[in-house]
Amino acid sequence: MARAATTADAFNAVAEPRRRQILDVLAGGERPVNDLVRELGLAQPQVSKHLRVLREVGAVEVREQGRQRLYRLNGRALKPIHDWVRAYEDAWSERFEQLDAVLEDLKRKEQGDAGE
Amino acid sequence: MPVSSGKAKVTLPTEEQILIEREFDAPRHLVYRALTTPELVKRWFHARRGVVTSAEIDLRVGGKWRYVSEADNFGEVGFHGEYRELVLNERIVWTESYEGVPEGVSEEEATTVNTATLTETAGRTLLTLLIQAPSKTTRDAIIDSGMEAGMQDAYDLLEDVARSLS
Repeated sequence: MARAATTADAFNAVAEPRRRQILDVLAGGERPVNDLVRELGLAQPQVSKHLRVLREVGAVEVREQGRQRLYRLNGRALKPIHDWVRAYEDAWSERFEQLDAVLEDLKRKEQGDAGE
Repeated sequence: MPVSSGKAKVTLPTEEQILIEREFDAPRHLVYRALTTPELVKRWFHARRGVVTSAEIDLRVGGKWRYVSEADNFGEVGFHGEYRELVLNERIVWTESYEGVPEGVSEEEATTVNTATLTETAGRTLLTLLIQAPSKTTRDAIIDSGMEAGMQDAYDLLEDVARSLS
């Protein structure tokens, strides 16, 4: 099933590892650019460039507070990606639930052996 | 990064990758065993309704593996590949080719390199499974396959409902 073309930009925007890192940091709350520079260990122009891409697809929003610009995550822009991945994720969740049962058996067997 | 209990977490680190993370309430040597023992693989590899009819594993570097699963309405699908790297209880690297690709798709295009890493903390094991596809097209097709399976479930459900009404 093809994805809607209108969401393609968001997919590309979050494919870049540094931008994913920025989103991870912002998932913890609103931050000024200096925090991001420090956490990512990148130069400010690079961080600003990534932030610009993320803002263009709506994944990140910005507001002014005094002399600072604060960046925050906009989860709604990322929803198309989440929806696309969810069915695949569900399939693995089900598979791993079966694996849980196998592991319970193995644990029981190992404890049984140790007790003998 | 915390993994919520019970659910697998899927992220897309690059355009050609899929990262799957899940924590298990078991030490890692047991997880490793469950991932590499044919009779155990048969018990968990089928994600949805269906059975794994065959699991062959030649557990050594360069050794081949092949699983065949049979899902209701889907028929038989096979997966095969080769072990690239084996670190006991820690790390498994293998190639994986899906045998059900449409005609005209090359073996290379249908093959991913998968890396499973097991990290144990206080008797619990974090499994990270990194799937490296040869292209974005293949990566996206793999994700899409989950959606198809989900739709299949919906069709099955619809059939059940229809039957109950008849």
